[in-house]
Amino acid sequence: MSEATVADTRRLNAKPQDLTDAYGPPSNFLEIDVYDPQTVGVGRNRFTTYEVRMKTNLPIFKLKESCVRRRYSDFEWLKNELERDSKIVVPPLPGKALKRQLPFRGDEGIFEESFIEERRVGLEQFINRIAGHPLAQNERCLHMFLQEETIDRNYIPGKV
Amino acid sequence: MSFFSFGQSAEIDVVLNDAETRKKAEHKTEDGKKDKYFLFYDGETVSGKVNVTLKTPGKRLEHQGIKIEFIGQIELYYDRGNHHEFVSLVKDLARPGEMTQSQTFDFEFTHVEKPYESYTGQNVKLRYFLRATISRRLNDISKEMDIVVHTLSTYPELNSSIKMEVGIEDCLHIEFEYNKSKYHLKDVIVGKIYFLLVRIKIKHMEIDIIKRETTGTGPNVYHENDTIAKYEIMDGAPVRGESIPIRLFLAGYEMTPTMRDINKKFSVRYYLNLVLIDEEERRYFKQQEITLWRKGDIVRKSMSHQAAIASQRFEGSANAEKALSQAKEDSS
Repeated sequence: MSEATVADTRRLNAKPQDLTDAYGPPSNFLEIDVYDPQTVGVGRNRFTTYEVRMKTNLPIFKLKESCVRRRYSDFEWLKNELERDSKIVVPPLPGKALKRQLPFRGDEGIFEESFIEERRVGLEQFINRIAGHPLAQNERCLHMFLQEETIDRNYIPGKV
Repeated sequence: MSFFSFGQSAEIDVVLNDAETRKKAEHKTEDGKKDKYFLFYDGETVSGKVNVTLKTPGKRLEHQGIKIEFIGQIELYYDRGNHHEFVSLVKDLARPGEMTQSQTFDFEFTHVEKPYESYTGQNVKLRYFLRATISRRLNDISKEMDIVVHTLSTYPELNSSIKMEVGIEDCLHIEFEYNKSKYHLKDVIVGKIYFLLVRIKIKHMEIDIIKRETTGTGPNVYHENDTIAKYEIMDGAPVRGESIPIRLFLAGYEMTPTMRDINKKFSVRYYLNLVLIDEEERRYFKQQEITLWRKGDIVRKSMSHQAAIASQRFEGSANAEKALSQAKEDSS
């Protein structure tokens, strides 16, 4: 039982791709690494900072390469700013680990090597997920977090 | 069978005159099962016989009249009590009186208008049926026979392609094109997606067919969305200048024709949803309505029949007879 006419399923005409577009670097290059944890300070005022290095070719970022040092509370600040100002669903941060900050622990608490590594991985996943979001890229807080030496907590929130 | 009636009772059933030759079509019932029903088109005559069989032979059956109705109705599930009848025809078969023996009554509803296609959906049902009734003082005896109606269309005169450029500023620009805006149920969607700008990390792209059933009017409008199909058209990250082809065969999916504002009670519309998913599972989508219509098989039948008649002119009558009967078999 064959159809009297067969449907025309040929491809629609398409513009041939420019070779520079085909073989050039993709326009979506964005890589952020969180590494080199360093514990600074002494005694009860110790805290851990991580280096956040970014490489990109997205035009929305002013610097194509940047390198800054951030601590966990800076990441928390960024999460809060984005939750308040942008319409995106912000991914979760790795845990705050309050239990690890209590005294009388057998191990190093929040300065335990394995814990720092776990946290580093979580922070790297967090910042990569956010930085790739088109709506988050419009927020000044993200640019300040990634590309400015220090975070000015008194900044004026807004869009880029 | 009522417990309150004493004496005679009867069985009533309806048989169509063309039950042997008429095609049957599969149709979903409310609980999801598929059944076969006789298939009718708009304008066709519905004729047959009503058989009344007395249960206890010899005993009389008193009745207030016997009739048969042809009804087309819309039933909204949230408002079951109210049936909206848009076709209602009745033929009286017998005046009030008594029956002493089983009897058969002929009926014919000539060239009945069947303006809408039969539809069983999530919140609404449109059906056509014959109902034969023996009216009695305490309780009626009745029997319903459902039929299925298909509405046919021909190739639309105007069938422009759908072509649009959409995107997120400075992030993602695409141009999508579908070869037509109106497709028949066994058609093929041929299209392409051209990437003008890609600044996000795309993981894959798919095209979904969404059916939207809309019931109610004014402030009580309710949309029921159902994804009929998901078809992946691209796996991997595209770059600027790439063109991804689309070839989606509709015959594999269970769909109905587009139904717009049927009797002002409900609509069934279809949409193509182009979905791009990036590495972080974020979804970017663009929805576009398409019109679906049902193509009739009638053309094919007459063609093979005509071909058989043509062969009669050139071959011996024996061969031609075989060709004619073969054509009749092919088209049934």
